Amino acid sequence: MASKTRKKQQAKQVDQAAGQPNGQAVQLQVPSGPIHFEQTFETYPAGAYTHEELGLSREDLLAIYRNMLLQRRFEERAAQMYGKQKIAGFLHLYIGEEAVSTGAAWSIKVGHDSVITAYRDHGIALALGMTANECMAELFGKIDGCSRGKGGSMHFFKAEKKFFGGHGIVGGHVPLGVGIAFAHKYKEDGGVCLTFFGDGAMGQGTVHEAMNLAALYKLPIIFIIENNQYAMGTAVWRAFANTEFYRYAASYNMPGALVDGMDVFSVMKALRKYVALAREYQPSVLEVRTYRYRGHSMSDPAKYRTKEELEAKKKEDPIIRLKSYLLQHDLSTNEELDAIDDEVKKEVQASVEFAEKSPFPPLESIYEDVYVQPDYPFLA
Amino acid sequence: MAIMQFREAIRAAMIEEMERDERVFLIGEEVGQYDGAYKVSEGMLKRFGPKRVIDTPISEAGFAGLGIGAAMNGLRPIVEFMTFNFSFVAFDQLVNNAAKIRYMSGGQFKIPIVFRGPNGAAGQLAATHSTSTESIYSYFPGLKVVAPSNPDDAKGLLKSAIRDDDPVIFLESELMYSMRGEVNEDPEYLIPLGKARIAREGEDVTIVAHSKSYWIALEVADRLAEEGYSAEVIDPRTIRPFDFDTVVQSIKKTNRCVIIDESNPFASVSSEVAFQIQQRAFDYLDAPVLRVTAKDTPAPYAKNLMEYYMPSADAAYEACKKVMYVD
Repeated sequence: MASKTRKKQQAKQVDQAAGQPNGQAVQLQVPSGPIHFEQTFETYPAGAYTHEELGLSREDLLAIYRNMLLQRRFEERAAQMYGKQKIAGFLHLYIGEEAVSTGAAWSIKVGHDSVITAYRDHGIALALGMTANECMAELFGKIDGCSRGKGGSMHFFKAEKKFFGGHGIVGGHVPLGVGIAFAHKYKEDGGVCLTFFGDGAMGQGTVHEAMNLAALYKLPIIFIIENNQYAMGTAVWRAFANTEFYRYAASYNMPGALVDGMDVFSVMKALRKYVALAREYQPSVLEVRTYRYRGHSMSDPAKYRTKEELEAKKKEDPIIRLKSYLLQHDLSTNEELDAIDDEVKKEVQASVEFAEKSPFPPLESIYEDVYVQPDYPFLA
Repeated sequence: MAIMQFREAIRAAMIEEMERDERVFLIGEEVGQYDGAYKVSEGMLKRFGPKRVIDTPISEAGFAGLGIGAAMNGLRPIVEFMTFNFSFVAFDQLVNNAAKIRYMSGGQFKIPIVFRGPNGAAGQLAATHSTSTESIYSYFPGLKVVAPSNPDDAKGLLKSAIRDDDPVIFLESELMYSMRGEVNEDPEYLIPLGKARIAREGEDVTIVAHSKSYWIALEVADRLAEEGYSAEVIDPRTIRPFDFDTVVQSIKKTNRCVIIDESNPFASVSSEVAFQIQQRAFDYLDAPVLRVTAKDTPAPYAKNLMEYYMPSADAAYEACKKVMYVD
């Protein structure tokens, strides 16, 4: 789209009400010749961006490094605690995908902009600044957990961070992201909603309904497809006729882009652009290609992929990449980065102790939080 | 008081609440430019503009979810389903998101939303367009379910539902939209959710009936009165939470109960009400609780079959005679 046309359209969009449809009238007359359809999709490859062009200071870089490491160490400990049966139910690990959550969180105004995701939610929670304590306590099913022990691994929430969950039904939360964005536009508060979901969700009708609605009403939303290559045990190519997910953006008249999710700089570069567009009520679709090192959940030995594939992907590790970058550019030292790692490990260890000590929810709390109404007459 | 159609009472409730609170908006299929599939929202687009009266594509899961997300982020949506039969394609949104997010978030998010539209059978519409959904949605803790039988209740209950901070399923009926009745015009006329209405007092049998079935109950009560029996008619108005106390108090007086419920019989509103009655008033019962429901089949199309499918006044009359042990 020519930038002039886009500017013209944006000026029109700002005047538009939240629920004003934005479709175009259909031509009844069928053209005599074939129709050519072309769309360009931006790409954000790994290793293509520097911290200078992103305007990141040494302190920013260390904070980003620390945050990715916190997610990694938190989940490694969570996996251990699962083995010790301190954590039950489902536990889906995000390990390998940390550049996506951290890069996204560092591209928005946390607490002003909104975020919603699926069940692999520990990473984004910690990226948004939720504490290891409240997250670990939730995994332990304790009263001090972020959801008071009622949500568990898949249902982290934090209202003050505008983190709208943590959702367990694949694709079911994507229309909620549209509604959250709708409310931002309705209230004219300038907020945007990052709506994360996995490659598997692309097979759900709700995702496509949500994309159409967001584009129709010109809502401040970015659909972020975290394509980690596997929907549980099913490889993308075994489930989708079109495996180039960013192309779906064109079906809904939105811009789309393809991002390397193993490089936090690439994620930030892309997010910054599309967050700015969303603030002007231009929704978009970003396919972020990433990789989970662990199985789908704790019971999954991941026999559907080869060791070679996993090892190759681990060589692109987002944390090691940033570490190498910091060392190569003399922005940090091995000693300093090791000290950060020690500090993070201590924080995570403390969260385990916090979760251990936190009480289980009292039995009477089972009736709390079902309704706002304080005297709801539950059946006995 | 003013005489209004049922649809006008619902419209009045929406208009009053939208004027009272900027956060309230209406969204659904054909609610705006078309003026509502059943003309419930007639004139509202003109009055409030496209920001607050929003036409959608045929995407029930999409716009139901949009409403829930908007409610989580500070708005108070009214989502219209053209009929509740179409809510089934949005089922996950209603039962997993609207009903459970407050709980799963440890109370961090409230979801003040109303899903409203016609429910149940409306003539020869065949199986997919005739489902009574009150039993289904009442199953889910986290939802409230309201099913008024007349224009005045519709207005007072809908206003309460819109102001309620919990998600409310508000069930109307195509067959009642043109029904006229006196309606309270006070903008603060609110009927609390969860309170039944004793529509007619009586001594000999209690008839519990909501929505369209309520009118069958009144007809039966008239017929019984001609024969010298007095029926007490209770319209629960809200299905979840259900006002069991009012029903139990009545049974302590009449010692007999018939429930009319156009749901299919298995695991339905009538099943639960009958269970609660035996638990709470067993010693007061002089006869088993009987119920008159739709047949245990999908709704048919043929006129004679459809008439046979629906709970009838004749069947309800017979049930009352049976619990009173009179021929």
